[in-house]
Amino acid sequence: MTFEMSQANTPQPGTVAKPPAVPSSPPAQPKPEPARAKDLSVRINSRFPTVAVNWMKEKRLKVTTTPDKVKEVAFFVRDDLGFDHISAVSGVDWIAKNELEIVYFAGSVKPGWADFVVAVAERVARDNPVAPTLIEVWPGAEYHERETHEMLGINFQGHPNQSHLLLPEDWNDLPPLRKDYVSPGR
Amino acid sequence: MTVESEYSPDADRIMAVSLGPQHPGAGHFRIKLWLDGDFLVRSEPDAGYVHRGEEKMGEYRNYIQNVPHLERPVILDSCGILMPYALGVDELMGNSIPPRAQYLRVIMCEANRIISHMYYLGILGIFVGHSTMIEWAMGDRDFWIDFAERIGGARVTFAYIIPGGVRNDMPAFAVEKGLKTCDWFDKRLDEYEKIFLKNPLFLQRSEGVGVLSKEDAIRLGTTGTVLRASGVKHDLRRDEPYCVYPELDFEVPVLEGGDSWARAYVALLEMRESVKIIRQALKKIPPGPVRLKLGPQPRVPAGEVYSRTEAARGEMSYHIISDGSPRPYRLKIGTPSFKNLRALPHLLRNVHVADIPVIYWSLNYWPVEADR
Repeated sequence: MTFEMSQANTPQPGTVAKPPAVPSSPPAQPKPEPARAKDLSVRINSRFPTVAVNWMKEKRLKVTTTPDKVKEVAFFVRDDLGFDHISAVSGVDWIAKNELEIVYFAGSVKPGWADFVVAVAERVARDNPVAPTLIEVWPGAEYHERETHEMLGINFQGHPNQSHLLLPEDWNDLPPLRKDYVSPGR
Repeated sequence: MTVESEYSPDADRIMAVSLGPQHPGAGHFRIKLWLDGDFLVRSEPDAGYVHRGEEKMGEYRNYIQNVPHLERPVILDSCGILMPYALGVDELMGNSIPPRAQYLRVIMCEANRIISHMYYLGILGIFVGHSTMIEWAMGDRDFWIDFAERIGGARVTFAYIIPGGVRNDMPAFAVEKGLKTCDWFDKRLDEYEKIFLKNPLFLQRSEGVGVLSKEDAIRLGTTGTVLRASGVKHDLRRDEPYCVYPELDFEVPVLEGGDSWARAYVALLEMRESVKIIRQALKKIPPGPVRLKLGPQPRVPAGEVYSRTEAARGEMSYHIISDGSPRPYRLKIGTPSFKNLRALPHLLRNVHVADIPVIYWSLNYWPVEADR
């Protein structure tokens, strides 16, 4: 679901260069949501022009990138925008498009941005699902990635341990959250 | 404890021991320990013994059928796990929830927070050999279960919060029962503080044990009581308000210690705030309808949503993708226990064996919730 940006919120010329990802003063009067989201998306696009940024809703921004750039984008989201921890990692099997999508939901504990989530998404081919691990960006992603690996069969390059976490050790079927895996009895 | 036949290659004196898989109070779970005498060198959690495939099950059922099975991973906090699901589906469908239903959602979530925290502190008591704590906590918890039963009709799994509102209205006598329980429970909390949390024996066992620094708490992605005990003021009820929380007056307790004691004490302080919230909500609740007529198989427009709320153990989140069919295309559940799991191997190293139960349980880790 994309959120149509309203004309009233077109960025002022100065917004791109504005440095603070975190408001320096306490957020007594937080800015209206669309303006904040707009600000973030302009900053992401000025650094990465080819990255697609769209809204899931006012307080959710989805950044869709490619596996070769995802680490760079993630570092930017963490260091420049201030999204300091991983909230969840989700994987989606888009079987009709023959693609797997990995979505990192990054949150922030900084005042004023604690209600905001930036989703960093990437798509990989279903028959060769390889993506770099983002543990060095967000160490909390370690077990989330391990789960995504076993549930969707995505190979995270550089991950220290991709053994089964939730599935039995001897699971030798398809990764269960792929759409072509059918639960027994269905 | 069973001994594994694997030894560390670098030192003969290091012994690998498997703690579990057993049921230490919350579900089956195993921790692999590498010990040097009674000193824990490092550890590795082994989850998954109670994995049920909730996410795959969610793809086979429609949005209403998903309600009862989704609360099974967290039976003590069943409203906490359904709240973000209901909010997410409501958002996809564009439902506007009647105010009375929003109040009822908040009341039940806070009652569940108390039920869950009482269980947590009770088990923590028995983990350090404080039998009175578990007896008292389990007994007093029952009064809150009684209160929730008067509203939800069941004792633990209510299937109460559903897309479009709540399942049924509250009977009038539940208000009186709730206010009475609130007044009585406030006094009980003072006694818990004296008998358990400020007890020198418990302080000895938990103070300075398993210290999680503020930076590590954020870096490792911890949430809930673990994060707030490490000095981070982050609570989605305050930071990303949902339902009627903005209309209610409460504090977000934060402690700086980051040790096992702080994690336990934050839970106690949170119960005080929950009592405050329930008392206000019971007095303020407006009359009106509590449920939209969605039908047994509502059509959910295609879309994607990431909803999150503050459940008893921390941030509960759902990533729901709808393709316009009656069933979700993807239903990702992000549970607070799974988010806190990364802190366990970080804390369970360079400590004594005697500290393992305190550190493990102070994280408020619920294996069933983590495994889903």
